[in-house]
Amino acid sequence: MTALTARPRGRSGLLASRLTILLFLAPALFMFVLFVLVPVAQAAHYSFYDWTGLGPLDKFVGLDNYAAALGSDTFRTAVSNNLLLVALSLLVQIPFSLGLAVLLNRRFTGRALFRLIFFLPYVISEAITGVIFRLLLQPDAVIDSGMKGVGAGGLIQDWLGDPTFVMITLFIIISWKYFGFHLIILLAGLQGIPREIEEAAFIDGAGRWQAFRYVTLPLLGPTIRVSVFLSIIGALQLFDLVFVITGGGPITMGASGATVDASGTMALDMFKTGFTNQSMGAGSAVAVLLFVFCFVVALGYQRLVLRRDVEGALTTNG
Amino acid sequence: MGSDMTTNSAASSAIPTTSLLQRTVRSIRLGIWEIARYAILVAVAAAILVPIVYAILGGFKSNGQLVGDPASVLPTEWVFSNYTDVLFGANAGDFWREAANSLIIAVVAVGATVTFASLAAFTFARMVFPGREAVYTLFTLGLLFPLTVAILPLYVLIKQVGLDANLLGVALPQAAFGLPITIIILRPFFKSIPVELEDAAKIDGCSTFGFFWRVLLPLAKPALATVSVLAVVGTWNSFLLPLVVLQGADQWTLPLGVMNFSTQYVSDQARILAYTVIAILPAIVFYAFAERQLVSGLTAGGVKG
Repeated sequence: MTALTARPRGRSGLLASRLTILLFLAPALFMFVLFVLVPVAQAAHYSFYDWTGLGPLDKFVGLDNYAAALGSDTFRTAVSNNLLLVALSLLVQIPFSLGLAVLLNRRFTGRALFRLIFFLPYVISEAITGVIFRLLLQPDAVIDSGMKGVGAGGLIQDWLGDPTFVMITLFIIISWKYFGFHLIILLAGLQGIPREIEEAAFIDGAGRWQAFRYVTLPLLGPTIRVSVFLSIIGALQLFDLVFVITGGGPITMGASGATVDASGTMALDMFKTGFTNQSMGAGSAVAVLLFVFCFVVALGYQRLVLRRDVEGALTTNG
Repeated sequence: MGSDMTTNSAASSAIPTTSLLQRTVRSIRLGIWEIARYAILVAVAAAILVPIVYAILGGFKSNGQLVGDPASVLPTEWVFSNYTDVLFGANAGDFWREAANSLIIAVVAVGATVTFASLAAFTFARMVFPGREAVYTLFTLGLLFPLTVAILPLYVLIKQVGLDANLLGVALPQAAFGLPITIIILRPFFKSIPVELEDAAKIDGCSTFGFFWRVLLPLAKPALATVSVLAVVGTWNSFLLPLVVLQGADQWTLPLGVMNFSTQYVSDQARILAYTVIAILPAIVFYAFAERQLVSGLTAGGVKG
């Protein structure tokens, strides 16, 4: 009896709660599908067409856009530039951030101020950062004359005009802008490790370095991996800073004799192909390749990291 | 008390002199270590601050001094007109309009992100329905789709729906791309609010929305502050989307305005510097007030992302 009376009420209650869920979820889902998922799917769709962005989408060209992108000197230069930035970020920027995070992971006078300063560039827009550094780095501008002033005039480079040095310059600016971000993440990770664990290592006779290398660093693993991951993705997608500071320049000669943006990145190639050259199809192919790069890295990284974590667990047990 | 003191002094006098020496050596080494720590930190802080201070002081210099003696630190004569012209001069309208555009976009985008993400995170955190985890995973996948990758079709789409040359054409996609991280940060926070509280609210006659609005959101204020601050920084600094969507100078946001100003008045370096300094001032002031929320948001996103 009770079950029979309760049932209809339960069902209408269920209906009401389903409606609530729908109403709550609909706005976010609608926006997300419309502005995120559909465009990403469209990029894949456009990439098979020869299309300027106007008129009907009717010139199907198969994989031609991909072949053109992969065969072009511009794209290849862009890929190698992006990979160079990834490598430099991992080998220089992250260790640097970690070192500073360790220095900040102790109570001392001025700590809050240092943290505030290091993180400051993160809130300044990329475009404005770019404008400031472009002025700073002009030949014979403040950086050059400052270096001459301290007797380092011999080290002066054509910071933004030398095709081989321009990526190093950009990397330094990227580090200026983002190392504080990694520092903050790593510092939070360090603060999550109980001090007692390191102290126990000291009592067991470990030195400062040993305690850091064999106790702190492994415990910081998950945080470091997040930092590394964000750093890789960021380096692969670099656009704003390059667009404002060099616009891809200087222009050099590619392997096949075509002109090439010496400081171009994949995102810049996508932008120029799509908007400047008005080939939405070819630009979309570059976008898809960029996405595949990021996706493969993300997936591969997760697998690799997952396996490493499991191995770590096994070795500590054994 | 007295006996304690005697044992203490006895103990300290019993320590052999080598130990005292060792202790001195150790404290000297610690002192050197401390000095090294400060030296490194000060050097890095200087490297961070030099470009910013250069821009601030450069804005007070004359162009003659900037070009003729670029390494000079202080202005030989303080030219306040560089700054006052940006804010109140003949073309001051440009700056204020850009600031207003940036502000409108930020308010709409952050409002939409936080409102819609809160509602969605609420269902993911506190309601049971088939496909819940699948939909949630769909949102988390959004972290893999950065705006950069979608920009070409996004531009086509925005033109099709008639939002090109419209501030909403920037604000709405910006809000959409902000949803994943916001939902990811809010969900566990909403989950952590005890079920007993919800039951009590229901018994008192609260509807689901009533509980969400009058109980959950007020309790979640710190998390909401965190995600809002995160969204503000992302939106305020965004460059590619406004660059592509907005047509014409009357719609430009501050980053676009600064970039265009710098290419338009190449030879007027002092004015460019003044313009950039004024343009980054809102972000710096905001940062000074919201540092804690920003940091906790990034670390939460970083650890869980």
